[in-house]
Amino acid sequence: MHGRPRKATKQEDPAAAAAKSARLRELQSQLLHFHHNRIYTKEAVSVSSKLLEINPEIYTGWNYRKLAFQHNLKEVSDTDTDTDTETIKSAIEDELRMVEVALRRNPKSYGAWYHRKWILGQKLVLANFDHEFRLLDMLLKADARNFHGWNYRRFIARLKDVSEEEELKFTMDMINTNFSNYSAWHNRSMLLSKLLRKKAKGFHEEESILSDEFELVRQALFTDPSDQSGWFYHLWLLDQTSTPHKPHLVSSWPSDKLNIEISAQFKEKCERFPIIFCFNQQVDGVNLATVTINSKLVSSEHITWKPLSANNSRKSKIWVGFLENFNKYCDNSEGLSVEISVHCCESIVHSEFVMKLSHMDHQGKNGDGFEELFLWDCPKSQEINPYLVSYDPWRLRVERVEEDAKWHLDTLSAEIALFKEMSECDEDSKFVKLTLTRLLGAHNSIKSGGSAYFEEILKLYDDLIKLDAPHYRYYRDERSLVLLDQMTSSKDSLVEYCSRCENSSFSCINPQLCINFSGLNLTRIGFVERLLWVQILDLSHNNLTSLLGLEALQLLVCLNLSHNQIMSFTALEPIKSLQSLKVLDLSFNEIGSHPVDTTRYLCSSPLSHSCNVTETMEELARENIKIGDFWEAILLFESLQLAQLDMQGNPVTNERFRVLVEKVIPCLKWLDGKPVR
Amino acid sequence: MGELAVEKHAQYILSVEKRKDDFESLVMEHLRLNGAYWGLTTLDIMHKLGSVNSDEVVTWILSCQDKESGGFGGNVGHDPHVLYTLSAVQVLALLDRLDAVDVDKVSDYVAGLQKEDGSFAGDIWGEIDTRFSYVAICCLSLLHRLNKINVEKAVDYIVSCKNLDGGFGSIPGGESHAGQIFCCVGALAITGSLHHVDRDLLGWWLCERQCKDGGLNGRPEKLTDVCYSWWVLSSLIMIDRVHWIDKNKLSKFILNCQDIEKGGISDRPDNAVDVFHTYFGVAGLSLMEYPGLKPIDPAYALPADVVNRIFFQK
Repeated sequence: MHGRPRKATKQEDPAAAAAKSARLRELQSQLLHFHHNRIYTKEAVSVSSKLLEINPEIYTGWNYRKLAFQHNLKEVSDTDTDTDTETIKSAIEDELRMVEVALRRNPKSYGAWYHRKWILGQKLVLANFDHEFRLLDMLLKADARNFHGWNYRRFIARLKDVSEEEELKFTMDMINTNFSNYSAWHNRSMLLSKLLRKKAKGFHEEESILSDEFELVRQALFTDPSDQSGWFYHLWLLDQTSTPHKPHLVSSWPSDKLNIEISAQFKEKCERFPIIFCFNQQVDGVNLATVTINSKLVSSEHITWKPLSANNSRKSKIWVGFLENFNKYCDNSEGLSVEISVHCCESIVHSEFVMKLSHMDHQGKNGDGFEELFLWDCPKSQEINPYLVSYDPWRLRVERVEEDAKWHLDTLSAEIALFKEMSECDEDSKFVKLTLTRLLGAHNSIKSGGSAYFEEILKLYDDLIKLDAPHYRYYRDERSLVLLDQMTSSKDSLVEYCSRCENSSFSCINPQLCINFSGLNLTRIGFVERLLWVQILDLSHNNLTSLLGLEALQLLVCLNLSHNQIMSFTALEPIKSLQSLKVLDLSFNEIGSHPVDTTRYLCSSPLSHSCNVTETMEELARENIKIGDFWEAILLFESLQLAQLDMQGNPVTNERFRVLVEKVIPCLKWLDGKPVR
Repeated sequence: MGELAVEKHAQYILSVEKRKDDFESLVMEHLRLNGAYWGLTTLDIMHKLGSVNSDEVVTWILSCQDKESGGFGGNVGHDPHVLYTLSAVQVLALLDRLDAVDVDKVSDYVAGLQKEDGSFAGDIWGEIDTRFSYVAICCLSLLHRLNKINVEKAVDYIVSCKNLDGGFGSIPGGESHAGQIFCCVGALAITGSLHHVDRDLLGWWLCERQCKDGGLNGRPEKLTDVCYSWWVLSSLIMIDRVHWIDKNKLSKFILNCQDIEKGGISDRPDNAVDVFHTYFGVAGLSLMEYPGLKPIDPAYALPADVVNRIFFQK
């Protein structure tokens, strides 16, 4: 099926071709006959040998041989016990020889490899390990990337109880023979991780081991920079160097020592107040037992914690706790003071905040607050506000105990210097530039404050887009993240993007600040842990296809996604959990123009067994609506309580669709700028 | 370069169905049921399924079933194996004839192949491979019988095959390979477990499969091949990173692998064609929204309308 030329290089004699086919057909039907009639004579088995020699892919042939082997062995043990071992050995030899014949024909035959494993796995006799390793050496010499061989080598090593250290030496031999051996590097990384994790003898000094590996891979990269294996291995080493082993808290809402002013309406309308914790890695175990509350009026039982993750995963980077009936506590003049301690991941984090009723109230508007259309025209505001005053994304990082950071920073700095040199010598190497962006990024993530390498990284991505055009969208995504990092890195940079919303009449926490990230060519969202306090967010006029990260913004009331490149309703999965969301602008996206859905399995649906057909869907099905055509929209909108929605400018929007939307969102007041009947 | 020669490919597929006696066909006889899936799904994607006699196909498929175990072999008289059982169920789903089998008997066969550690054997002889995890999960899901297996353990086993480069191998410790990655990502997708995948890490490893000729290879430093237009592309789609490759260049590569005279698509330009690569080439184009083709679902590897029918029609 692979690698055969379209025009045959030499014409085969038709008579010979017919004879070959006839022979194969003959052997195959004989095999099936013997197999179905359980005939395991020497002659019958030799037919299978001839067949498997020509075509080792006939799996039924290997099955037949296993049955023959078992049958003939049983016959032996039923008779003479003295010649037992010799007969068994000879039978095994026959099978092993058959496998070697087959492997000569096709060194990648699944059936052949498994047959060998099956025979030796029976452990009827001690395997001839020398022979096995010699066979492997021969095959891996012919093709160092034969993963069947590597898998089989692992099997034999386990059978012989070879130590991981010895196998590590083997990978070194393979790498020394030829640096271009991804399979060997892969094996090396797996063995090293295991040994480091077990803290095996000679492997507890992680830093010195990693330094040695950096030295090794540097040789590979200098010897053959065009081979990819070294670059992937380097990426793994970098990850080991820059990712902390233990998870820790990155940010929280409310942030520590914050005074929150809530409007009378918020107090009245909202029954639960979200408390959010963001970690740098996925964690589990945030619950009543691990969270302690210190407050006059609130106790642990008043808060239920859940991970914000798709598909019912127990682990998440973001955890949210809802303080139920909090409005009861806000009536006193002192306000509600709460101190929360989370005992998680071998550390304790605190957050202390005070909630007070606002004196600056809006003109007593009754009702739900969306009697008027919400308009996205918030003027820029340089006004100092409580959130920005206390805004310090680096604070938690500094507070974190950085015992091992010195070695990590030194190693990164050394690598950065080396790669900068390489970049000057070889202007056209994409891997050098890409690795440099990652090194600089890793350095940014460890070293707090100071002049981070933003401008350098952004310039590198611009270079990469020119150097490696087919992957330009990858570089744009990475670039968006760096840009967001830069924009949110300090209160001075963030204040440029703040504006104040004057025309809102809905219940909210004061003051009503809008973050305006429109028109920035953003393709994806990141650093949401710095934006947990945002209630109004304008992301319009960007190039967003993914909304991952928005699920953390639990306070969001108004979201503008107009003029982006959102391709389906399933891409909106992250906003399903935003219970406070009232205003959503999805106008001028690409929903309905893509037959292939790239976020279909990143949302909850019956296709991925993460939710069942809902009641709403069943109701609509009864009204003769083809739910198969609209399930994405139905599952999204039925979980939101929107008051205002804009959908125009998407191919999916037509009269039929509008009718469906009005059915699925009963509390909707405004659709595409017009009041809903 | 030009366009997709739909008519030629349809004729090629129908001709393969009839050809059984030459050496190449004989050598593939044991996986004819897979061939039926590749051929018929390709026809459906090209809106040409109507030229096939469904009843004949269904009858033949049923004749491949092993009455005792409930599993299907690759051809009449061949031993049952989970690989061919999936193809059988997929073809029946395509033809909307899942009623033709005893669903519980088939699903019991598949579910019975799960091991203690959550892995799946391919058949009674016990070969373990994450390919079989995917095949079992996909098959049972199409039959609405996923509850017959321990899904959590199945997922745990797949996660144990995750490598440090973000990819997946056939067994724990096995090197990342696009085919295995498709199987693991597909199985995780169907079981709502994609949160176990580091999508940025794997997405980058996958997008680096695109080589200078525009085609995709299966792992670093290997040759490009049309079949990776499916394995790599569907994986990228499931984790929403397909925009990280150049779709135009890939489309051109696939179209260059066509035999526009005799029909069919080969692994590389000017090589011999076969049904396997014809399917993967057309399916790859479908995933890239090539005009005139039905969209194919990346996890179930069946046209999206077939999948919608199975999950949303009562």
